[in-house]
Amino acid sequence: MTSGAALSVEGLSKSFGGAQKALSGVRLAMRPGEMVALIGASGSGKSTLLRHISGFVAADPGSGAVRVGDHEIQAGGRIARNVREQRADVGFIFQQFNLVGRLTVMTNVLMGQLPRIPTWRSLVARFTREEKAEAWRALKSVGIEGIAWQRASTLSGGQQQRVAIARALVQRARIILADEPIASLDPESARNVMEILARINREHGITVLVSLHQVQFARRYCTRTVALRLGEVVYDGPSADLDAGMLRRLYGAAVEEMLDGTETIDAVMNDPVVAAALAPAAASA
Amino acid sequence: MTAATTIPDGALAPPGEGKRTLVQAIGWAAFALVLLWAWKGADMRPLDLWKDSGNMKTFLAEFFPPDFREWKSYLREMVVTLHIAVWGTVLAIVCAVPFGLLSSSNIVPIWVYQPVRRLMDACRAINEMVFAMLFIVAVGLGPFAGVLALWIHTTGTLAKLFSEAVEAIDPRPVEGVRATGASALEEIFYGVIPQVMPLWISYSLYRFESNVRSASVVGMVGAGGIGVILYEVIRGFEYAQTCAVMLIIITFVSTIDLVSARFRKLFI
Repeated sequence: MTSGAALSVEGLSKSFGGAQKALSGVRLAMRPGEMVALIGASGSGKSTLLRHISGFVAADPGSGAVRVGDHEIQAGGRIARNVREQRADVGFIFQQFNLVGRLTVMTNVLMGQLPRIPTWRSLVARFTREEKAEAWRALKSVGIEGIAWQRASTLSGGQQQRVAIARALVQRARIILADEPIASLDPESARNVMEILARINREHGITVLVSLHQVQFARRYCTRTVALRLGEVVYDGPSADLDAGMLRRLYGAAVEEMLDGTETIDAVMNDPVVAAALAPAAASA
Repeated sequence: MTAATTIPDGALAPPGEGKRTLVQAIGWAAFALVLLWAWKGADMRPLDLWKDSGNMKTFLAEFFPPDFREWKSYLREMVVTLHIAVWGTVLAIVCAVPFGLLSSSNIVPIWVYQPVRRLMDACRAINEMVFAMLFIVAVGLGPFAGVLALWIHTTGTLAKLFSEAVEAIDPRPVEGVRATGASALEEIFYGVIPQVMPLWISYSLYRFESNVRSASVVGMVGAGGIGVILYEVIRGFEYAQTCAVMLIIITFVSTIDLVSARFRKLFI
C-alpha cells in the first residue's frame, strides 16, 4: 500500500474539544527525496499536522494513520509503542529551535546520537571520537563549526536553527519536518536556513516537509506545495501555480498575511495605535 | 460616553469599589481577632520584660566574659557537627533527585507523583529533633543518629524544592531532545537536568547551611556534636561556657553562610 513512500498520512483528524476541527481528514503522501512546503494562515493546522507526524500528538480515536518509510508512527488514534525508535528517522526543526541552552552546541548536536548508543554511555555523556567527528562534520556542513564549544544560549536565532539542523543530520534522519523554521529569524538568516534545508535535501536525499508562513519562500525553495485551511488540505500541487489569484480563492482576506512580510509590516506601521505609541520617541529623537 | 453616564455625578469611586474595601476591612478584623485569641494561649506578658529587667541584667552578666578554657573540646565537637551536616545533606541530595523527579507533575503521571509527594510531606512534617530521638533508640546515642535524622527531613524538603524547579522548566528543549528519538530517561538527563542544575545546586547549598544549624540542635537530644556540650553547660548553669559555645556556633554558621553564598553565585 505504501510502496516506497517516504511519508504517508491518511484520513488524519484531530479536534481539541472545540467545534472546529484542528485537522480534518488530512491526506498527504511524499516520495523519498521530495521537498514540500506546507502553507496556511495561523491556526490552519500546520504545526498540528507536523506534530502528529512525529508522534507527539495522537489523532482522534479511530482516525487515520501516519507512516514514515515502512514504519507506523500512529494508526487509529494510537501512537505506536516503539515511537521513540521510529522518531530517530524523523528530524524535527522547531520554530523556537528548542535547543538546551545551558549545554554546548557540540552536546546539543551529539544528542542526535542518543538512539544509537548504549544507555549507560548516554547517561554519563560519553561519546566516542567517531561520534564527535560526525557531529563536527555536521556542524561544518551548516557552517558553524567555529562555535562548537559555546553554550547554545549565547547564539543568535539563525545560528541556533543551524545547530538544530546539524542535530537532525547527526540523527541520520531520513525525513526532516520543519515547523515554521524561519518565522523567528531575520530575513538574512531565514534565507540562509532555507538554503541549508534545500541543500541537505539535494545532497543527502533527505525528504523535507517544511511549514511556512510566507508563500514566496514556498515558491522559491519547493516545487510542490500543500496548502491547509481550517485543518483541511485545500491545495496540493506545483508551487508555481500558487499565484495571488489562486491564493485569494483559497484564503480570501487572510491572504495578505501570507503573501509578503513587507505588506504585514506596512499594515502594522499604519495602525493608528502603533503610530501613536511611536510618536513620542520620534519627537525626542 | 456611555461609561461616563453610568457613574453618578459627584461619585469619586467607580462602582464596585465599596465592596472591595468592605472585604478588606473584614479581613483585617479577622486577623486582629486571631491575634487576640492567641494572646491568652501564648501567655503573652510583655510587662514582665520591663518589671523583671533587673533579673535579666544579672542573668545576662553571667554570660560575660565567655569561658573558652575548654575550647579544644568545643572545636572538636563543632567539627563533628559539621560532619553530621555534610553526610546528612549529601545522602539527602542523592535521594531527593529521584524523589524530586517522581513528584513532578510534568515528568510522571498523577498516580505516581501524588503518593510520592505525600511521602515527602511526611518526611518534612516531622522535625529533625523528633527523628533524632527515634533514631537514638534504633542506632544508639551519637552522631550517626543525627545523620539519619537530617537525611530523612532534608530529603523531604529538597525533594519538594527540586520538583518545584522541575515543574518550572521550559518544555521546548525537552521536546527537542524527544524529537531525536531519545528515551524517557535520556530526555530527563539531557533536557531537564541541565535546566534545573543551577537551582538544585543553590537549594542544596542552602540546605547544607541550615543543616549545620540543625545539626547543632539535634545534638541536644544526644545525637552527637556540639549540641551535646551545649545541653550539658546549660543544664549545669555554666553560662560563661554557654556563651563560648554559642559564639563558636555563630562563627561557624556565619562563615559557612558566607562561603556558600559565594559558591552559589558560581552556578547561577
